[in-house]
Amino acid sequence: MSIRERLSGNEAAATAMKQINPDVVAAFPITPSTEIPQYFSTFVANGQVDTEFVAVESEHSAMSACIGAEAAGSRAMTATSANGLSLMWEMIYIASSLRLPIVMSLVNRAVSGPLNIHSDHSDAMGVRDAGWIMLFSENNQEAYDNLLMANRIAEHKDVLLPLMVCQDGFITSHAIENIMLEEDSEVKRFVGTYKPEHYLLNRAEPIAVGPLDLQSYLFEHKAQQGEAMKKAKDVILEVSKEFEAWTGRHYGLFEEYKLDDAEIAIVCMNSTAGTAKETINKLREQGVKAGLLKLRVFRPFPGEEIAKALSHCKAVAVLDKSDSLNAAGGALFEDVTSGMFVNKVNVPTINYIYGIGGRDTKVDDIESVYKDLMEIVNTGDIGNPYRYLGLRRK
Amino acid sequence: MAYNMKEIVATKKPHFTSGHRMCAGCGAPVVARMIMRALKDEDHAVVANATGCMEVSTFIYPYTSWEDSFIHTAFECAASTLSGVEAAYKSLKKQGKLPQEGDTKFIAFGGDGGTYDIGLQALSGAMERWHDMTYVCYDNGAYMNTGIQRSSATPKFADTTTTPAGSVIPGKMQSRKDLTGIMANHHLPYVAQSIAFGDFRDLYEKAEKAIYTEGPTFLNVMSPCPRGWGYPTEDLMTINKLAVQTCYWPLYEVVDGKYHITFKPGKKLPIEEFLKPQKRFRHMFKPGNEWMIEEFQKEVDRRWQELLDLEEMSNK
Repeated sequence: MSIRERLSGNEAAATAMKQINPDVVAAFPITPSTEIPQYFSTFVANGQVDTEFVAVESEHSAMSACIGAEAAGSRAMTATSANGLSLMWEMIYIASSLRLPIVMSLVNRAVSGPLNIHSDHSDAMGVRDAGWIMLFSENNQEAYDNLLMANRIAEHKDVLLPLMVCQDGFITSHAIENIMLEEDSEVKRFVGTYKPEHYLLNRAEPIAVGPLDLQSYLFEHKAQQGEAMKKAKDVILEVSKEFEAWTGRHYGLFEEYKLDDAEIAIVCMNSTAGTAKETINKLREQGVKAGLLKLRVFRPFPGEEIAKALSHCKAVAVLDKSDSLNAAGGALFEDVTSGMFVNKVNVPTINYIYGIGGRDTKVDDIESVYKDLMEIVNTGDIGNPYRYLGLRRK
Repeated sequence: MAYNMKEIVATKKPHFTSGHRMCAGCGAPVVARMIMRALKDEDHAVVANATGCMEVSTFIYPYTSWEDSFIHTAFECAASTLSGVEAAYKSLKKQGKLPQEGDTKFIAFGGDGGTYDIGLQALSGAMERWHDMTYVCYDNGAYMNTGIQRSSATPKFADTTTTPAGSVIPGKMQSRKDLTGIMANHHLPYVAQSIAFGDFRDLYEKAEKAIYTEGPTFLNVMSPCPRGWGYPTEDLMTINKLAVQTCYWPLYEVVDGKYHITFKPGKKLPIEEFLKPQKRFRHMFKPGNEWMIEEFQKEVDRRWQELLDLEEMSNK
C-alpha cells in the first residue's frame, strides 16, 4: 500500500535514501541540497539506518570517499549542488571510469560565478560527458521514484555506472507537495541487496583498482564505458516497467504531454515541465495544438526516440536552463537537434536560454515561446535560432 | 615481535613484489616493502596510494606489485578515498555483511606533494574524523614524478625546476613545512618520523606501532630521490644516515601526545655533511655563499632544540 504524504523535494530524496539504507553516505553541506545530509544524519543518529555517515571536509572528499566505499564492496550515496559538484568534478570522472554504481542526489543550482544559490542546470551540464547516468525529475514524486530505481539501474551487470538524480533547487527541493511513498519493506524488496563481483574487502580475492592506464588500454576501457551507457537505456526501461507494475507510476525515457497531435512543441527538463503543462492546457482551450516533451533520461541521451517523437511537429523549441556560452546554443538544444539531424527529422527548431540563476519562468513566459513557434509555422521563417527567455533587455 | 631483520625478511610476507619500475637508488619502494612487512601475516590490507612516482611505477595496467587490495584514485585524495573504504568496512562488519572473518588494515601512501601540499586537506579531514588507518608520507622533498618541482617539503635553498638556483635568486627561499608537527597537533594516538634506509629497526617498529594502534596514525618517512637530490644511487644509505646524524631529519615518535626522540646522535654532525654530497645544494658551497650554510644550520639547530624541548615538556 502506498502512503500519502506531504514532503519537500529534499525530504523526498532523504526518505528514499533512508529506505534504500546504503552502507555508506559521504556528504558535505551546500545550499540547496544541505537538508538531504541533515535529514540523513538524523536517521543515522536515531538508528533508523545501518549507514556509516562520513561527514567529510569537502565535496572532493565526499566523492573520493564514495569511490573508496563503493570499490570496497558497499553501497555508497551522496548529495550535492552546484559548486559542490564542480569541486567533485575530477572524482566524477574517476567514479565512472572505475565502473562504480554510486548514486547521487543532485539538487540543481547555478554554478558560480558570481555566486548565486538558486536553480539552474549549469551544475549538471558541466558533467554531462562524465559517464554518469543522469535522470531529471519534474517534482518531489519523480525525485523519490527515480532514486528508488537508481541502484537497480546503476548496479545492473550490463551497466555498472554511477547515476545522478536531478531536481530543481528550491523550486522542487524546498517546496512541499503531495507525494505517494512506498512501504519500507517493499522498497527493500525492490532495491535488493548489492552483490558486487570484485571488491577490495574480499580478502579471498585481493584486487587493485585505478591503475596507470596507458596508450595500449585506455581507449578500449573508455569504449567499454560507452557501451555500458548504450546498454543502460534498455535497463532503465526494464526497471521502470517493473517499478510501474509495483507502484502504478509510469516512467519512460521521456514524458510526452499532449504531443501526439501537437503542431508546436517544447522540450525541457525538471520543474519547468509543470509550468509548460499548465500553459498547454490553457492554449488547448484556445484550440492551439501545443505539446511537451519532458526529458527524464538525459544520459544516456535518447536522440533517436526524441527525433521520432517530434517528427510530426511543425516547429519545436528546446529550453535550456543553462547557457553553454559557445555562440551555438545550449547543451540540450545541441543534443536534440543532433538527434533529429542524424535521424533525418527536419523540423524547424529554436533554442531558448532561460531561468538562469533562478530567474522565475511563468506561464506567460512559456506562452510567449508557443507564440513564437506559431509565428515560425505561419511565416516559415525561423529568424534567430538562439534566443533568451525572460532576459531583461534594459 | 622483537625486531630481527634477518628473521623478518626471511619469514614475513613482503606484500610488495619486485618488478616495479621505481628508479635504482630510490627510497620509496624500500619504505613500502618495510612498512607492509610490519603487517601480521594473517591480516589483510587495503592500500590507498596518491598519484605520484610510487603509484605510476607499481601499478601499470595490467600489472601490479601490490599483493593486498589496492586503490588509487587521484593526487590529493588518498586519505579521503581510504576513509571511504574504512567506513565501508565498519558498516559491513557491523551489519555482518563481510564475506570472511579476520582483520583488515588500512594503509595510505603519498609523496610529499600529495601529502604536504595538494592532499593536506583530505589528510587532515580523515585524521580528524578518526578513521582507523595509517597514513604514510614518503617525503622526498619535491614533486619528483613530474620532474623535481618544489613542494612545501623542499628544504630552503634547494635547486628545483621551479626554484632554480639563479644569479639573482639562489634556489628555494622558504623553509620546509613541519608536517609531522602539524599531524602531532591533530592529537592522534601515534605520529612518528623515520627514514627509508639506514635504520630498518626504526622504520619497522614504527610501522608496526602505527598499523596496530587503533585510530588514525601518521608516519613521515624521509625517502631520498637520486634524481631530485643529485647523489650517486649507491649513496642512498649514506644520505639517510647523514640526514639523521646532522639532525636535519630527527627520528622521533609522539605517542598519545608524549614526544620520544628515538635516536640522538652522540656527535651531531655539521649540516654541510648532509648538504655537500647533493647537487641540489651545490650552489651553497660557492665562495660568498657561506651565509646560506650558516642560515641552514641555524634552522636545523632551532628545530632540533624545539624537539628536545617538546620531549622534555611532554614527559614532565
